Amino acid sequence: MKLNTPKLMLTAMALAASSVYAAEPVIGLITKTEINPFFVKMKEGAQAEAKKLGAKVMSAAGKTDGDNAGQITAMENMIAAGAKTILITPSDSKAIVPAIKKAQAQGVMVIALDSPTEPANATDALFATDNYKAGVFIGQYAKAALNGKKPVIATLDLFPGHPVGAQRHNGFLQGYGLTSLDAKSNELAKPAEVVCMADSFGDRAKGQTGMENCLQKNPNINVVYTINEPAAAGAYNALKAAGKEKDVLIVSVDGGCAGIKDVGAGVIAATSQQYPLRMAAMGVAAGVEYAKTGKKVSGYTDTGVTLIAAKSMKGVDSKDVKTGTDLCWGNK
Amino acid sequence: MNSFKDKLPPMGTLGPLIALVLACVFFASQSDRFLSTQNFSLILAQVMVVGVIAIGQTLIILTAGIDLSCGMVMALGGIVMTKFAADYGLSTPVAMACGLAVTTAFGYLNGVLVTRIKLPPFIVTLGTLNIAFAITQLYSGSQTVTDIPAGMNWLGSTFTFGGATVSYGVVMMLGLYLFTWFALRETAAGRHVYAVGNSPEATRLTGISTEKVLLWVYVLAGLCYGLAAMLGVARTGAGDPNAGQTENLDAITAVVLGGTSLFGGRGVVLGTLVGALIVGVFRNGLTLMGVSSVYQILVTGILVILAVATDQLSRKGAR
Repeated sequence: MKLNTPKLMLTAMALAASSVYAAEPVIGLITKTEINPFFVKMKEGAQAEAKKLGAKVMSAAGKTDGDNAGQITAMENMIAAGAKTILITPSDSKAIVPAIKKAQAQGVMVIALDSPTEPANATDALFATDNYKAGVFIGQYAKAALNGKKPVIATLDLFPGHPVGAQRHNGFLQGYGLTSLDAKSNELAKPAEVVCMADSFGDRAKGQTGMENCLQKNPNINVVYTINEPAAAGAYNALKAAGKEKDVLIVSVDGGCAGIKDVGAGVIAATSQQYPLRMAAMGVAAGVEYAKTGKKVSGYTDTGVTLIAAKSMKGVDSKDVKTGTDLCWGNK
Repeated sequence: MNSFKDKLPPMGTLGPLIALVLACVFFASQSDRFLSTQNFSLILAQVMVVGVIAIGQTLIILTAGIDLSCGMVMALGGIVMTKFAADYGLSTPVAMACGLAVTTAFGYLNGVLVTRIKLPPFIVTLGTLNIAFAITQLYSGSQTVTDIPAGMNWLGSTFTFGGATVSYGVVMMLGLYLFTWFALRETAAGRHVYAVGNSPEATRLTGISTEKVLLWVYVLAGLCYGLAAMLGVARTGAGDPNAGQTENLDAITAVVLGGTSLFGGRGVVLGTLVGALIVGVFRNGLTLMGVSSVYQILVTGILVILAVATDQLSRKGAR
């Protein structure tokens, strides 16, 4: 009897645990990293929605951006733990596809958040920002703000070969009306107006270094495209050190709360805001629906982009800093 | 009895300098904007953070150790000083001292694990790399700290010197290099560092406590990372929890390119500065040329192999 007590307890615990699992649909969320505020917010959004709908969210991430193996491991572990829906922001759009196929074969619904897989129909559905459109918006804004002046452009990109980096960059040039590439391209277009390109890795310090070197190359730069707001803040530091912060227009993409604050402070002229909280909440809702009714979602849902600018430009639709602050990261 | 040959700097010291000059000549021929005092002061400002980390790394590598945790410890120091100032309203010097204390404590932890429990430095610092990273992320909530007092940016402010704009941070870096160079060359403690790296057993038998020397080396390295954190905060004007991600390998690269032997006991700290500058010159020069950053990575990789090969061959020759 004494020997059996621990066993009994274990059995009871297992029963209790399994009954919890049966009642609550389990949804797995796999982001690219744990540390990017964008993904931190995405996780918060998923958890809030899950609490509302009575679901359980398990989250995991790759170790660094590009860590495909880490994402696959997380996916396997989640399926083993009973997840019937996996929400994933693929780090490597192609390499993740076989693992997704395997999950789907076990009856798991897989939804891509933020960035698509290649081919896009490898997942059941995609909830994401249209990054090309986000770029087009800031390109149009920059053109209107320059008001006919000849653009001398520097681009502070992500790093070579990343689809989101290419889409924003090429969208920006397209929006400005310059020679560009389409949304499918992974190359960065370089028309004559772009006098300098540097990789920022989306990082403040590296963005600053990139801008310093670009100013060294061409001191007449008057428009700076940045992959995200930390890179933009770094670029502003470099411009300020050179005494040029008033003469150069910085545009960006992301719309995080800190980034919107920088728009208000005049560091960034305009930014395209995206909504990670909304992506995650929609994903969780779809997962709960699937667990209850067996009905899957499909196709691409644009989670929206809004141009936020302190100063509006004629002919360009934008919202002010207050609206941007209310909406940042998808808060209501 | 010093022969003429003894007075010549060894190849391990001259090689990096030649590589740096060759790189400068090449970029000067490719871009007319490269060769200016202003551009050189820019490159100095761009390498100052890694440069100061690399001083600590040089000390450790001279003892035949290695420190993988340096970048993450620096990031933690930067977050501690900015958050202490922004959230608790501590005065700038106090907040900075707290940051220095945290990085120095991490150095002490590394040192204790290496000397008392005799764990290999590679493993110890691999562990503390992850610990420092996790604490940084948890403490900052992965959020950049931006509302810092203006005084924290002081090291990033500049003065004009002979047509070049020089930041106080660069002066601090150069001062630290000269100080470390002098201490390693002219003081007994400095010679002990080399001795421990050359042969710990022989050093111990002469009555020097190798443990004490090693512990001090790790503590001072931790202090260097704290100073680097001050420079990083001053340069970017923010506490960045994602700083330091590549700095451990960048610092090791600078040390190796500068001719310090990974087997310990041989090297000159000024070479490390040259090594850091080589990387900075390539990044700057290739951007001026409009070439993708991937080439910078390629060139750095080739140079690292060359530097280690030179060291290995010269060792064989010396035998």
